[in-house]
Amino acid sequence: MARAEIAARTLRTDRWWLPPLTTFAGLLLISIYAAFRTFQGDYYWVDQYHYLTPMYSPCLTEECVPAASHFGQWFPALPGFLTPPVIIIPFLLGFRITCYYYRKAYYRAAWASPPACAVAEPHNKYTGETRFPLIAQNLHRYFFYAASVLLLINIYDAVLAFGTGLGLGNIILLVNVGLLGAYTLSCHSCRHIAGGRLKHFSKHPVRYWAWTQISKLNNRHMQLAWASLIFVCLTDLYVALVASGTISDLRFID
Amino acid sequence: MTYQGRFRVWRGDDAGGALEDFTVEVNEGEVVLDIIHRLQATQAPDLAVRWNCKAGKCGSCSAEINGRPRLLCMTRMSIFEESETITVTPMRTFPIIRDLVTDVSFNYTKAREVPSFAPPADLAPGEYRMQQVDVERSQEFRKCIECFLCQNTCHVVRDHEENKEAFAGPRFLMRVAELEMHPLDTADRVDQAQDEHGLGYCNITKCCSEVCPEHIHITDNALIPMKERVADRKYDPIVWLGNKLFKRS
Repeated sequence: MARAEIAARTLRTDRWWLPPLTTFAGLLLISIYAAFRTFQGDYYWVDQYHYLTPMYSPCLTEECVPAASHFGQWFPALPGFLTPPVIIIPFLLGFRITCYYYRKAYYRAAWASPPACAVAEPHNKYTGETRFPLIAQNLHRYFFYAASVLLLINIYDAVLAFGTGLGLGNIILLVNVGLLGAYTLSCHSCRHIAGGRLKHFSKHPVRYWAWTQISKLNNRHMQLAWASLIFVCLTDLYVALVASGTISDLRFID
Repeated sequence: MTYQGRFRVWRGDDAGGALEDFTVEVNEGEVVLDIIHRLQATQAPDLAVRWNCKAGKCGSCSAEINGRPRLLCMTRMSIFEESETITVTPMRTFPIIRDLVTDVSFNYTKAREVPSFAPPADLAPGEYRMQQVDVERSQEFRKCIECFLCQNTCHVVRDHEENKEAFAGPRFLMRVAELEMHPLDTADRVDQAQDEHGLGYCNITKCCSEVCPEHIHITDNALIPMKERVADRKYDPIVWLGNKLFKRS
């Protein structure tokens, strides 16, 4: 028996193309900004107020401003156009790329697989995440571990900046780590590791409680993914503007 | 308020078919299934449609309305503009029988491929005891009414007929998750999910969750937790090492 003969790719009458288009545009804009700032190699540290942009933290190479290298300079200066963030960006990018929410977002928006529900995809063949390279999405939890370490470093940077007083930059750094922390904690791998993998919650009340709390955050994983991504860029922009002298930091306590 | 609504309904069988235009009376408070019934009563007595409870609980009247997989009985006419032409078509993923009725036996084949509940050998029926917190994850999946809208909308089989053999679909991967998370099930479902039911085909684009009339979080609560369990088993050397060192099964 054959399927019903319906030639149209979709019969949807709503603007199904708008969400993938918006997602694509958003991810593209953020990628361009992040690439520009990564390879700019400057304006990442405000010496006067100890603001370090999260995109350059930790700053581990010899070309880093010494005061910005809170954890030492482990690597020699990088050759050519390479800048300090290229050491940490793969982990941050890996965490976002393998994230269950972003997978949905870019599979739909960038690969049209599918572009929207009940809209035919343009590919002749589909193997999903059964083989290389997409089978590597199963490494998400390792990027979660790495991102958690980087989050702790970001928190350390934000706390350290309070040593010079209190300015708008401190608040921005604090909100940034709050959003990054909420996004990281709401991760599906985190939910699984905390308690999801258990068969008997009743035998592990603490892990069950943790799983319950993470599940609440996990319901907002998409919103947290976008909020944290956008706010990282805004935090970086603020630090860059202050570091370059374009604007001055709004100080509350000196 | 009564008005004359414009409808396009797919008529045909496996030899071919087309969308046919109808103008049908629509009354306040009606759902799309009411209109299809009025169409049968007044203009197309041989129009085939599968339905039963008219209450969103039997899962019979699955179809596509304006291209979106939905239950005919749970789609209110009030969500459409009076001037709108409403298109009603059968589910695309399954073979057509006639008009709005499809052959959903693919799903019964897949259901039979999932090994049934396997309680401990030393536990007789009537002796099952479990705590609510241990069983509530599985209970969410028991809300499924087997309308197969998730199976219909999943692009893995909707757009690729050839994947039907390897992929069980969201409904039955959810069934595997339901048993895997059940406190008294002893069968090993993790390898099966990946190797026999095609969990790896799922790219978590969440259309199954979007169309579920019972609002089950199929992707977040069943498919992703199963993917994480597969990652534990197959792709996590730390867990593998821990299992070896501490002799965990």
